[in-house]
Amino acid sequence: MNQRVTKFLQASASIAVLLAAWQIASLFFPHYLFPPVQDVIARTVKILLNWAELSQVLETALRIFAGLAGAFLLGSLIAIPIGRYPRIESYVNPFLIFLQGIPALSWVIVAIIWFHGTEFRIFFIMVVTTLPAFTFQVLDSYRSMSKDLFEMTMAFRPSGWVLFRVLIVPTIVPGILTAWKINLGSSARVVVVAELVGATGGVGYELLRQQQLFDMAGALAWTIQLVLFVLVVQQLIVWTETWLLRYRPVSERAA
Amino acid sequence: MTLMAEPLIRFREVTKEFPRPDGTGNFVAVDKLSFEIAKGEIVAVLGKTGCGKSTMFNLLSGLIEPTRGAVEVTGHDPFKEFNFFRGKIGIVFQNDRLMPWRTALDNVVLGLEILDTPREQAEAVARRWLERLGLSGHENDYPHALSGGMRQRVSIARAFAVDPDILLCDEPFSSLDEMTARDLRAEFLRLVRQNGKTAVFITHHINEAMEVGDRILVFHRPARIAYEARIDEAARGGGRQAIQDEILKVLSLDASAVRP
Ligand SMILES: Nc1ncnc2c1ncn2[C@@H]1O[C@H](COP(=O)(O)OP(=O)(O)O)[C@@H](O)[C@H]1O
Ligand SMILES: [Mg+2]
Repeated sequence: MNQRVTKFLQASASIAVLLAAWQIASLFFPHYLFPPVQDVIARTVKILLNWAELSQVLETALRIFAGLAGAFLLGSLIAIPIGRYPRIESYVNPFLIFLQGIPALSWVIVAIIWFHGTEFRIFFIMVVTTLPAFTFQVLDSYRSMSKDLFEMTMAFRPSGWVLFRVLIVPTIVPGILTAWKINLGSSARVVVVAELVGATGGVGYELLRQQQLFDMAGALAWTIQLVLFVLVVQQLIVWTETWLLRYRPVSERAA
Repeated sequence: MTLMAEPLIRFREVTKEFPRPDGTGNFVAVDKLSFEIAKGEIVAVLGKTGCGKSTMFNLLSGLIEPTRGAVEVTGHDPFKEFNFFRGKIGIVFQNDRLMPWRTALDNVVLGLEILDTPREQAEAVARRWLERLGLSGHENDYPHALSGGMRQRVSIARAFAVDPDILLCDEPFSSLDEMTARDLRAEFLRLVRQNGKTAVFITHHINEAMEVGDRILVFHRPARIAYEARIDEAARGGGRQAIQDEILKVLSLDASAVRP
């Protein structure tokens, strides 16, 4: 408990320093460059309290979830056969590594040229940008499966489906939760770029609008929405993790 | 050797080779191994570390396929007839191999779950086996909260819970301290006899083999039978020392290496 208080105070201190520096800057520079902290906070709260604006945050959140879910399903479909038949890996890996190197902005252009429909374009971009990471992470957790437990389970002669349920799923769940936590952050960064394909709502669209209005407080407030969203969902995942992995001795969870 | 009825387990000239990691041909782990085990027998398999006992065990449990020869259990091939053996073989390993995410009870339920036993019935059976192994009150404990001895008890309960015809044990007590091992060994034997099981018990301790086995198979490396002894009443009395000496000679072990 004490440690948590200390950690909290440390975090608060560094944020306080950042805010103070910003506030001082706002005294010396015009407000369209450095809006005062209270203005930014007011805008942030306003977005949260205004349904028309909040619904745009949720719209972006949905796009993130849809993309993550798509990448996760596709990634698992690729990873599990590789886990069972490692020979496939040398064929699939170069492809995934190649995908991993492509910037999100290139996908925006590809999506615009290839597809119609804003939502599908965004979904496509979100999936391709997180697919490699998801695949590698699911594969890693599949490979962490204990040979001992596998043999023990096989001695009872389960069907493929039962083996999947009693051994494979519990083995890969911790890795999957970690993968979601990591990819959530990266797809929150990609989604605003993806929304440039012509979205008429969402955080990316709003950011673009703030740029046109030259409204720094607005741009920051919309950015903060996304950061808050990531923090909240990550905390939800941590709670799920703590609950699902409650079988672990406490020291393992500490780190 | 007395005439046996159709044996429950039969190895016929079984050879198992593994490819050498450096690619220079094959390594023979089991060499034309032949033996038979009758229903209700408890057979101890004794041999030095690395002589191929576990490989024999894996062949017997159908986890690996023989390179040559045939393994038969109740006339069936444990490797090829995967589904036939569902619930027929119970296995206890050296390490407990409990699923860390399952409670003691759920670990014992595992085999029954794989057999599609209705949940309520499976739990009742699992509870009964935990009780028999002295683990009442620990049903909801996760493995990390149990001692090594308790965990191995859970794994024994898991093996018995499916009511298998055959129990296979690969050095099940060798990672436990001697006191715990002794208690558990006695209980294990009682359960095997009470339930009329056939058991193959692998060990590298002479004393454990003498205590557990109705019969002892001594392996040389690569796994083949170097010596065989039946431990009947006479052997348990005066003949015991003679058999032990003989085994020691076969293993060419120093007598001082025998554990008390
Ligand atoms: N899967 C395998 N691949 C290659 N070599 C193996 C494999 N399993 C066992 N061996 C080798 O076979 C020999 C016998 O091993 P094992 O059966 O585990 O002996 P024991 O159980 O009697 O100690 C050892 O030399 C071991 O290295
Ligand atoms: Mg062994």
